[in-house]
Formats: sequence, structure tokens, C-alpha cells
Amino acid sequence: MTTSGDKTITIALMDPPYESGTTTTALRIVDAALRKGINVNVFAYEGAVNMTMKAQAPHPNPVKGTSIEEQDHPSTARFIAGLFELSQSGPALDWINCGLCVDERGAGDWIEGPRRGGPGDLFKMSQASTNTLIIGTR
Amino acid sequence: MAGILSVVERAYHGTIEEQDDTILWVSHMLKNAGADLSVLLRSNAVNYAVKGQDASGLSIGGVELSVPPRLDDDVIALANSGAPVYVVAEDLADRGISADDLCDGVQTVSRADLASLFDDHDAIWHW
Repeated sequence: MTTSGDKTITIALMDPPYESGTTTTALRIVDAALRKGINVNVFAYEGAVNMTMKAQAPHPNPVKGTSIEEQDHPSTARFIAGLFELSQSGPALDWINCGLCVDERGAGDWIEGPRRGGPGDLFKMSQASTNTLIIGTR
Repeated sequence: MAGILSVVERAYHGTIEEQDDTILWVSHMLKNAGADLSVLLRSNAVNYAVKGQDASGLSIGGVELSVPPRLDDDVIALANSGAPVYVVAEDLADRGISADDLCDGVQTVSRADLASLFDDHDAIWHW
């Protein structure tokens, strides 16, 4: 749990990657908060645990006829790895993947940075935060 | 009678992460695979036909989105592939989008004419 610094925000995220605008929005908020010196906790629930899967791979676009290199597709795992890198030199990023959600999806092989946890962690993080933003699936 | 009418209404869901819209993309793939296919943009998806959209400049954690989605170009490419692309006139008006705002190749259809458009197709795929 992140408690250092003046302000901390906790974000609960539920949507899987590549299917909704909420995941991009959440990542942008995390980026902006870290750059403003705000510590960030993320609780990835249900499909959101897939956002950090290490095996995500870029692909070409056969509609446009572009290659993998030309398409330069940044996965959510790459974005999140960048956020962890950003947190090395400033406010902390603590990313918890819901363990039961991970198990039911076989999504346990993730990038360096996130850790396994449970709903109790969301409660604890929320209690220790300036504010909590819940981004559910609609 | 035409084949499939693919109806798209959810807009900008995952377009940044996918670098395109998944339904426009799969529609184009189906067209390339030989499908007789049309696309109807309704509700918020009518904005896909607005020319000059620019989603560039996004960076998250220092990772740049160097190839942003270009949805208006994707609509034009789909129309140029031979797939008719329709947009609902009232949904455009509700959002203050005029005919001058639209990219080339799209056809407007009124809500009153949607039933006829559906009747003109063998199958309606409402995504």
C-alpha cells in the first residue's frame, strides 16, 4: 500500500484492455497523477487484470497492410511498464491484481511491478487515500 | 438484396489501445474476405464519419502512441472498398454535425428510412 507523499489516489478498474475507453482514461489519469506528484494505487479487478499480462504482443494490421514495425502497437502492458518506470523517480505506483480474478483467467504471468492481492487491499488502500475513483464496467 | 448490414453505435471504445475501431476493422476484414456488407453508423458512432479527426500526441508513462487511430480515414477506406457506409441524419443533427463535416463516401439515411434499409439486407448484425 502506498502511503508516502502528500496525496494518494486509489483507482479501481474493472474493464479488460482493448475493449473500452475506460482503460485508456485510467492510464492517462495514473500518468497525470504521477507527474503531479500524487501517489497512485490501482486495484485491477476482473478483466482489468489482463492489462498487465506479459505475453501481450503487437501485431500487423492486414486491413491497412502495415507491418508490426509500422503499426508500432503499444500494449497496455507496455504503457503500464512505462508508468512503473515513471514512478521510480517520483511518487509511488502500487498496482494490485485481484488474485481470484487472475486465477480464473489464467492471467498470472504479468510484467514486473504489479502484485497479487484481494478486495481487502482495495479497502485498505481506499482508507489510506485522499480519494478513490471507481471505474466499473458498464 | 444486399447481404449483411453491420450496425455500429458504440464509439471510441478501445480505439486508442486498438489504433482503430474494432467493428469498422472487422467489417473491412469481412469485406476483404468477400462479404457483401454495408455499415450503418448510428448514435455516437456517427462521429466516426467526421473528417479531420486527430488523436495524435498521446503518451502514457513515456510510451508514445506513434500510430494513433484515424477513424475518418478508416471510414473512407471502408467505403472505397465497396462497402456502403450509412450515417443516421438525425444522430448527426443531434450532435451538431453538418454535411460539410462528413468525410467523402458516406451516405446519410433518415430514421424513417431505417426500416427500409434493414429490409434491403439479408442479415442485420447489431454489434
